[in-house]
Amino acid sequence: MSSVTATVVARRRGRSLLWREKVDGFVMIAPWLIGFVVLTVGPMLVSAGLAFTNYDILTPPKFTGTANLERLFADDLFYKSLRNTAIYTFLGVPLHVSVALLAAMLLNTKVAGQAFYRTAFYMPSMTPPVANALVWLWIYNPDFGLANIVLNAAHLPAQKWLWDKDMAIPSLILMSLWALGSQMITFLAGLQNVPPQLHEAAAIDGATALQRFRHITLPMLSPIILFNLIVALIGSFQVFTTAYIATNGGPENATLFFVLYLYRNGFEFFKMGYASALAWVLFLIVLVFTLIQFRLSKRWVYYEGDLKKG
Amino acid sequence: MNERTLKGPQRWLVQAVLTLGAIALVTPLYWMLATSLKETGKEWLLPPQWIPSPFAFENYPAALTSLPFIYFFRNTIAIVVLATLGTLWTSTMAGFAFARLRFPLRNTLFACVLGTMMLPHVVTLIPTFLLFKSLGWLNTLLPLIVPYWFGGTAFSIFLSRQYFMGVPLELDEAARVDGASNYRIYFAIMLPLAGPLLAALTIFSVLQHWNDFMGPLIYVNSMQMRTLALGLRSFQGTMQTNFNLMMAAATVTVAPVIVLFFAAQRFFMRGVLLTGLAGR
Repeated sequence: MSSVTATVVARRRGRSLLWREKVDGFVMIAPWLIGFVVLTVGPMLVSAGLAFTNYDILTPPKFTGTANLERLFADDLFYKSLRNTAIYTFLGVPLHVSVALLAAMLLNTKVAGQAFYRTAFYMPSMTPPVANALVWLWIYNPDFGLANIVLNAAHLPAQKWLWDKDMAIPSLILMSLWALGSQMITFLAGLQNVPPQLHEAAAIDGATALQRFRHITLPMLSPIILFNLIVALIGSFQVFTTAYIATNGGPENATLFFVLYLYRNGFEFFKMGYASALAWVLFLIVLVFTLIQFRLSKRWVYYEGDLKKG
Repeated sequence: MNERTLKGPQRWLVQAVLTLGAIALVTPLYWMLATSLKETGKEWLLPPQWIPSPFAFENYPAALTSLPFIYFFRNTIAIVVLATLGTLWTSTMAGFAFARLRFPLRNTLFACVLGTMMLPHVVTLIPTFLLFKSLGWLNTLLPLIVPYWFGGTAFSIFLSRQYFMGVPLELDEAARVDGASNYRIYFAIMLPLAGPLLAALTIFSVLQHWNDFMGPLIYVNSMQMRTLALGLRSFQGTMQTNFNLMMAAATVTVAPVIVLFFAAQRFFMRGVLLTGLAGR
């Protein structure tokens, strides 16, 4: 009798514990959940709605149907900013990821002064982007900047850097390359997880360094490469601060990037409806490219314990 | 640690490439510091002074008094401290719940966290601005602090969940048998074990808020409410040609980051290793 009661009590207690766990789970994620609804999902829907209105903040939004979209597709600066952003992204991101990987591989060797090198490579990725942009604005100064002093010492012709419409984007890419540290350190962390036995076994079998890189290092790092590519692509599509400070979109709109154009429409011209339409276009572009990367990744990303490919 | 040992010429090649790379990466920071210590006019000398002579330390007080830097510091520190506290509390709590508690829709909701990590934030920018405007929060620090009391960042929740998944289950089971509530398990068992996590979250959060530019640019107007990053930008307008003073101001915003890096160097690496991926 008493054992039956005990079981019932235990079961009831167990059930109430499960119930508690459900309640507590929701209580503990509540701050995030509220933030997610109020600061992410809600604003996304609102901006989708605003995209179909004319809204200057002072007067209530007016529904204008697809007028914003029609204007967008006839807007030269929209295409220009899209093009600039695409060039910046598709030149910069692969370069960024490969240089960061190369740096990580070099830093993963036993060399004298390893700690110093790691610090030197990592540091520029932490310093404030505004300060970075000002420093590079000074370095790129066509008359007195360090960049031309270096070119001059190498007997190369001086450049106008950010002030030349063909050089401006490459100059900004070079500048962003300076901050390769955050990607580099994730690669470094990944390299340290590659079991050394794999390399040893392959070396005994006569694999060259290049073959080992191709068939061991790259597959083992592929999840991190994918992660870095996605993060870099999303970040690069949203490039803003460096261009806002260093070039403010110039010369001749050569560095008018998408988010800079969006910012101007929203916060300088107070065209909140048009800016919202731009924001959704960017969101869709980023979404498509992220999905493409995930889809393509099935062909080249190797996950440990993935037997099909193992 | 799993590092390759190189021999002979290969080793010298790597050493040479690394040295060149390190010089290239450190030079801009050195150039900033060197320019900041040059007398006005001497920053334009060609060939340049690699080592300023004499050292113009007076550039620093000159730069810092030309704009209300004391306010910039106050605002930046207020944002960094308050936003970081919010992130530490709310994201570890959510991370704990996602890692340890069973509740309906848990996996779906966590997928939402991951989705937010990949969301370009400009898509929420304008409505969020309008929301804070309607609350009367423009030109205050609140829009730069309060959102971080609602789960920190998606990344910080992800990192927390990842960390708590690695803590042995027996610990909370034992506490549960002893009748401890979930809150107690979170607070009295998990958090004390989460030192490396809290350190990593703190570092990432401090850097993020110290460096943030677009947020203050959008939400803050008056000189007195500006942050260091935004104040530095105002410098560009008023001191366009005084590169030595501008570099002095830049050095002042960069130096604390570098000090933080050296003070917390081992936590940086550990923070990255926490997930095998993370770090930004």
